[in-house]
Amino acid sequence: MQSGKIVVENLYKVFGPHEQEAITLLKQGWSKDKILAERGAVIGVSDVSFSVEEGEIFVLMGLSGSGKSTLIRLINRLIEPSAGDVFIDGQNVAKLPHSQLIDLRRRDMSMVFQSFALMPSRTVQDNAAFGLEVAGVGRKEREQRAMAVLKQVGLDTFAHKFPHELSGGMQQRVGLARALAVNPSMIIMDEAFSALDPLKRREMQDVLLELQKTHRRTIIFVSHDIEEAMRIGNRIGIMEGGKLIQVGTPQELVDNPASSYVRNFFETVNTSRYLTAGQLKADSVPLYVHNGKAPDALKVCQDLQALDKHYAFVVDEEKRFRGSISLERLALLVDNGRTCALEANLLKQIAPLTEDQPLDQIIERLVDNEGPMPVVDSQGFYAGAISKGRLLTRLQEE
Amino acid sequence: MSKELDLGSWVNDVVQHLLENYSGAFDSLGSVVSGFSEGIEALLMLPPAWLLIALFVGLGLWRIGARFAAFTAVSFVLIVLTGFWEQTVVTLGLTFSATLISLLLGIPLGIWSARSERVAMITRPILDFMQTMPAFVYLIPAAMLFGLGRVPGIIATVIFAMPPAVRLTNLGIRQVNKEIVEAGQSFGCNSRQLLFKVQLPNAMPSIMAGVNQTIMMALSMVIIASMVGAGGLGNDVLASIQRLDIGLGFESGMAVVLLAIILDRITESFGTTRQVTHKTTWYSWVSAKLKLQRQ
Repeated sequence: MQSGKIVVENLYKVFGPHEQEAITLLKQGWSKDKILAERGAVIGVSDVSFSVEEGEIFVLMGLSGSGKSTLIRLINRLIEPSAGDVFIDGQNVAKLPHSQLIDLRRRDMSMVFQSFALMPSRTVQDNAAFGLEVAGVGRKEREQRAMAVLKQVGLDTFAHKFPHELSGGMQQRVGLARALAVNPSMIIMDEAFSALDPLKRREMQDVLLELQKTHRRTIIFVSHDIEEAMRIGNRIGIMEGGKLIQVGTPQELVDNPASSYVRNFFETVNTSRYLTAGQLKADSVPLYVHNGKAPDALKVCQDLQALDKHYAFVVDEEKRFRGSISLERLALLVDNGRTCALEANLLKQIAPLTEDQPLDQIIERLVDNEGPMPVVDSQGFYAGAISKGRLLTRLQEE
Repeated sequence: MSKELDLGSWVNDVVQHLLENYSGAFDSLGSVVSGFSEGIEALLMLPPAWLLIALFVGLGLWRIGARFAAFTAVSFVLIVLTGFWEQTVVTLGLTFSATLISLLLGIPLGIWSARSERVAMITRPILDFMQTMPAFVYLIPAAMLFGLGRVPGIIATVIFAMPPAVRLTNLGIRQVNKEIVEAGQSFGCNSRQLLFKVQLPNAMPSIMAGVNQTIMMALSMVIIASMVGAGGLGNDVLASIQRLDIGLGFESGMAVVLLAIILDRITESFGTTRQVTHKTTWYSWVSAKLKLQRQ
């Protein structure tokens, strides 16, 4: 068995008659369409296995009808699975007796809905306290806890309003507050921000990411918006026709799409925004090692002229970045006849970029810095350089 | 007209059989219904006419507005002046008792049929039958089983007026937004919590529409039920037909119409505006009205 907060193994859902027979036929290689035509059964989810790590935001993507909404409802068992297992903290939810399932839902999981699904006759506060009320928490405590979560989503001043008096974005904040109030370790979000306009959607994504910073929860997020998926997802799972066809980090999916179906998702996206420094870097800048003895300025100057380069980097013996120097400055030093060693005080100090930084975080520094920018890996060792020319070439390729 | 199949005589036999073997059960059921409706009528008779009128006018003012309150006041004064007040209160009592019994039976049945396809399938044709069978037809077996008076009238009225309560409760619960129901389930509602915290509150507009329909149908039926001696305004309507007294028919018919309008608007207001307005407490309402008048 795989490990993880949520582990889904060989999960199936068949709607209609002959559930078990349909699964047997699927395993024998019958297609979805054939089973529908000959047995009248609709395959909702077919042999899905994946796991979600503690504290991870896992985004499920797919076209409508691909089974993503069904899949998440199998996880909290709003829909009964036809076959397969769903382990949450090692406990098999698919086989749980009903009373324990209710207990689990009250205690440790909650859900956010596309249409917000607030109760129109309850105030914002009573909506936020709904889960606590169901779990039998006393009025005073649940009102306090509801207020606390409303404050987290910035709605404490609207506590006594009714849902219809709030805008869509605010209503979904209430939906989010309701999900947070029970303090669950996992939240299922079904197209939670899809009904909002793009600006509000971004704002809600920020609210969610901010909440994750203070308290990491395991989140399964269904979306059909690839930008959203890449923005908030630690990993993305792509669904097609009830099957989970690929799982990976956003970058892995961009780099190695398993099929044209997956690639099509990313076609409309400006993927360059998700390029990282590691992917942009190159060995374009001559490198000199300061091994106790600084490199000689004259030699560096001649090398650069021969190579038709304008900058050089100096690293120490451990490959830690020490600084950069331009041909212009070197020429100045050498012309004066001072064939000196390139000690640290002669070098330009630049804070290097790290490999995992995405383009939108580093582009300003790339533009502002006169020469190429050094890139270091996660341990701080020099890994390469990004010049403006290199950046433009890569952007054109994308 | 020759008959190949004599359904009618079978029904006669069934009623005869019931009468011969279960008259004790019908008698005790009858006395329960009779006691219940007499209690309600006594309750309505208890306050003086002006107080009951003031109560309705106040209700109209709270739920709908000043113009409707004025209409209510004028209507009731008109009824009092034409001398139909007492009969109107009797009719009101009959309507209320029949409505309460209908709701007491109809709403749970509606809930049950919303939760079970089989119950829904069985109740549907029965409700069709109850609703479309000409209302007079119930009066005959009811009178045979329960004797003349208010009881057969109420029983026949309950049969006639209950279907909308069942139907609209069922419909209201089934029409609750699917995601709201899922929200209830996903936060761990058990089946009782789902019903009382999610389904019924969200089905309220539809259920109130059912209550409104039931009241209106009950009112129309208790008039007809005067044929078996149920009393109230129906007696005057019946008398006007028998005596061809157009004036009496107009006066008593007018009282029925005014009562119907008042009951309809007031009960309708509970179905439509409850969700939109804030929780109006009586004191916040009074203070708001007072402020308005000072301006």
